[in-house]
Amino acid sequence: MSPGLIALVVVLVVTTAFGLWRRNTDGRFQSVQSPQQPAGERLSADELGAELGVRATLVQFSSAFCAPCRTARVVLGDVAANTPGVTHVEIAAEDQIELIRRFDVRRTPTLLVLDAAGRVRHRATGAPDRAAVLAALATVAG
Amino acid sequence: MSTTTNSVSATRSGSLIDPRGPRFGAAITTVVLAVVLLTSSSWLLAVQAIVFGLGAIVGLSAQPYGVVYRRLVRPRLAPPRELEESAPPRFAQGVGLAFAVAGLAGYLGGVSTLGTIAVALALGAAFLNAAFNFCLGCEMYLLGRRLFSRQ
Repeated sequence: MSPGLIALVVVLVVTTAFGLWRRNTDGRFQSVQSPQQPAGERLSADELGAELGVRATLVQFSSAFCAPCRTARVVLGDVAANTPGVTHVEIAAEDQIELIRRFDVRRTPTLLVLDAAGRVRHRATGAPDRAAVLAALATVAG
Repeated sequence: MSTTTNSVSATRSGSLIDPRGPRFGAAITTVVLAVVLLTSSSWLLAVQAIVFGLGAIVGLSAQPYGVVYRRLVRPRLAPPRELEESAPPRFAQGVGLAFAVAGLAGYLGGVSTLGTIAVALALGAAFLNAAFNFCLGCEMYLLGRRLFSRQ
């Protein structure tokens, strides 16, 4: 086998596995309770550059070159507009390097669901569907 | 309520496009780069580099595969369900150009391993885009900013 053929097969196998894995994990909210991200870590209104939602805040880290950010913006904006006490705040990740290092944001969109006190309760990467956002919000109510 | 902070709105200045155009282009790119890998053809890689360059430097409207899509494919399809910003796929064309140039340097400079690796990486990115609508270069952008920023 030529090196080119070997490279072709390796690339197709690796990228297919990676793509399938991403398709399975994108847009899924996870409860935040890991050692890297201690539950209860807070984001303040100052850090956000916007007031916290009375009930919950949907934080979206976006970047300039990010197609799914637009989808996420539409979904989260719609949920916020139709759910009393819930706000949507979008942050330009490349302008907030300190913040993305602190929250270990590696790709966009990264989404955080904050409770009324600004504590991070759920986290997702990739564009979620409406049902996933509502399910995550439901556990934050109170 | 929806709030946009900082410069997000400034980054949304690109025009909106049919997202199936760049994916169609990525599928053709995948096939072209697969042929390049199998034949080590410098001239075919040079053609692909020009295609990338037109898309990145002039814009997506000048990208030849995009032109084929709009003239021949799009008229046969239903209108797109949603539109997409043009900045991410244009950025991806620039990343593709960089890898194509590196590949050409490898093939023409007699370092065929460099050529193979550069073309293989570009092929992987094009395939991810075509098959999964995933923009590898776009994700590298944020990681790069995070790694190299001193803020």
